[in-house]
Amino acid sequence: MTARLLASIVCGLIFGAGLLISDMINPGRVLAFLDVAGSWDPSLAFVMGGALIPSAVAYIIRDRRSAPLLDSRFYVPANRSIDWKLVTGSGLFGLGWGLVGFCPGPAIGALSTGRWEAVLFVAAMLVGMSLFRLSRRQRLPGYSAN
Amino acid sequence: MTELGYLWPLTGGLLIGLSAGLYLLLNGRIAGISGLAAAAAGLADDGDSKLGLGFLAGIIAGAWLAAALIRQSEIVITSSPALLIAAGLIVGYGTRLGSGCTSGHGICGLARLSSRSLAATAIFMTVAAATVFVTRHLLGVQP
Repeated sequence: MTARLLASIVCGLIFGAGLLISDMINPGRVLAFLDVAGSWDPSLAFVMGGALIPSAVAYIIRDRRSAPLLDSRFYVPANRSIDWKLVTGSGLFGLGWGLVGFCPGPAIGALSTGRWEAVLFVAAMLVGMSLFRLSRRQRLPGYSAN
Repeated sequence: MTELGYLWPLTGGLLIGLSAGLYLLLNGRIAGISGLAAAAAGLADDGDSKLGLGFLAGIIAGAWLAAALIRQSEIVITSSPALLIAAGLIVGYGTRLGSGCTSGHGICGLARLSSRSLAATAIFMTVAAATVFVTRHLLGVQP
């Protein structure tokens, strides 16, 4: 467990540094990237492009291994169905993201700046996650949230 | 806001992808931040809260260290408190309902060629761009 926790912290450190260095952490930049009809700032396309390279290599390596280095198995979802939950949830996420320019990773990274806006957004996001969990439980008694 | 060029975003993106790849090969898990945040807050039955907390603490420390040592950063946030709360609620609920966000679907999902994540990414990118179009160009808010 200690090794896995350490790995999580190290991966988080690299992730957070990447968010800041790329300026993905900056809602103003994100909104300028999403503003394709205005003065479009394409720079963040390079973040996605750059991120996909090492990530794809890792998934290729994973296909040749039966287990990760520090755990007994992989926890990668096998679900491939495109259902209403995926469509509605992704649509809602896009709406919230487009309204202020924060998605979960950058919002958490922005806590490091001490900006109250980031604190407020992350607090509201956790409340939103709690509401989802509550709604699942009420609708489907005995349902264990995935 | 200053011009950024492509080298900073590309380097930062490579680091984000490296983190996601390492997390998969070391801990066997998806580096999806909405899932990790839910796990850290004890809001996910399948997540490990300690691993989630460790990852999140790492993100905050990593961003802080990079700002101190590598690239000075000034972030621009113009949204009102009410809008931040509304958007936060929607993002929190939506990412759980849709099982992921920019990192889980956009980076990890696309990297493993998941059709589900491709659909999710296409939807949230399109809706986000449409939202910016409506707020900025039709309603004329958010300079």
